[in-house]
Amino acid sequence: MAGTQYRGSEIKDVDQFLKDSAGLESEREKEIGQHIGYRYDVNLVPDYERITPFLKQYMEVMGWDDLNWLEDVHMGYEEGSPAVFDRNNNGWVRVPDSIELPDNQQDRDMIARELLIKFQMSDRHPLVALRKAYMKF
Amino acid sequence: MASMTDDDLKQMSQDERAKALGMTTEQLTGKSLYIEFDPEASERYTYPWSHDVDFNKRTEIDTDTLSTTEMNSAIRDRMKEGYGTIVLKNPRGKHSLGVGILNKLNLIVEGSCGYFGVGLIDGPNVRITGRVGWSCGENMMAGTVVIEKNAGSTFGAAMRGGDLVCRGSVGSRTGIDQKGGTIIVGGDTGALSGFMMQRGRMVVCGNAGKNLGDSMYDGTIFVGGEIRSLGVDAIEAELTDLDRQWLTRKLTQYGLMPDKGVDHFTKVVAGKQLWNYDNLEPSEKKLIL
Repeated sequence: MAGTQYRGSEIKDVDQFLKDSAGLESEREKEIGQHIGYRYDVNLVPDYERITPFLKQYMEVMGWDDLNWLEDVHMGYEEGSPAVFDRNNNGWVRVPDSIELPDNQQDRDMIARELLIKFQMSDRHPLVALRKAYMKF
Repeated sequence: MASMTDDDLKQMSQDERAKALGMTTEQLTGKSLYIEFDPEASERYTYPWSHDVDFNKRTEIDTDTLSTTEMNSAIRDRMKEGYGTIVLKNPRGKHSLGVGILNKLNLIVEGSCGYFGVGLIDGPNVRITGRVGWSCGENMMAGTVVIEKNAGSTFGAAMRGGDLVCRGSVGSRTGIDQKGGTIIVGGDTGALSGFMMQRGRMVVCGNAGKNLGDSMYDGTIFVGGEIRSLGVDAIEAELTDLDRQWLTRKLTQYGLMPDKGVDHFTKVVAGKQLWNYDNLEPSEKKLIL
């Protein structure tokens, strides 16, 4: 069989990558000096019991019955800080220190979704300038 | 940037515009970009450049004599006028219909579409009453697309987000290179579905063809019927309570909930045996030297 066996480590604790930003646990990770795989569970589906009022309003405005594309948005970690990946910017957006982190991934994911929408829809988003620079008039 | 009007920008070349807007050609890979942003400052729900449309404002476009470009331009023109519900009549299997809509919108297509229908969309809710050709919903970013009849191959190829639903059956290589979002098939799906899937979810209520999930990197596939064969590195996993809740919610939403519930669904995930990190391993490099 091509390739090698997966030798990454399991995600055991919601604060794992806050306590240890490198997160090198398995032998293979220590050997190569790099964490293998995502730092969050990309397959975790949202718990709709935990949805925030802002996200409910967003769904209503867009005419959707659920979170739609936001189902794939999770809170991740960049250099030991909580962050959310912004696909429109191809980079991480750090969660401000003023936001208190809940003790579970589902609630953290809801915060990440809300923050990402607010950032993507603001005039401060880099895509606004990018669009102006490269749009067809 | 605030003092720069669209008219000013229009007079400039693309390079001049980029420079005037403070953009840089410097390689930023691996670097942080500091942007001041207050999450509590505003509560917008749509992109700053989006057209302000009203779902209750409805219009119809007869596409019979229109070319693809004319048809897609007509959709944009109606959105500019504030129409939030647009009905396309007589599409007659035209290709590339409704591509690149980056706005909230209800788009109803009365008939069938050809290749690359509603690709690259970010936001709209689309309903197609007929069939669709290859690559429907390719690179879709957000929104919902519901096809009432059957779909061709590479349904939802490289899809990144949103819900792509076919009430009938679909061809082969469904969700090839899927990077997010949800693909739902009411009937059967062909061979090599979920090939090189990277993340997202695929739900097949009927049967799945050969080599399901071949070389999948991550993501989840749920199959209600029989699986002809699993592809390389695709393995069965346990259906969790959260999976059941999510499946029930999603299938009910699109009127595809089976009478017998969702307990019979098989969950398929990546075995992660193909994850290749050899090129980073120092000890093996020594052997080569």
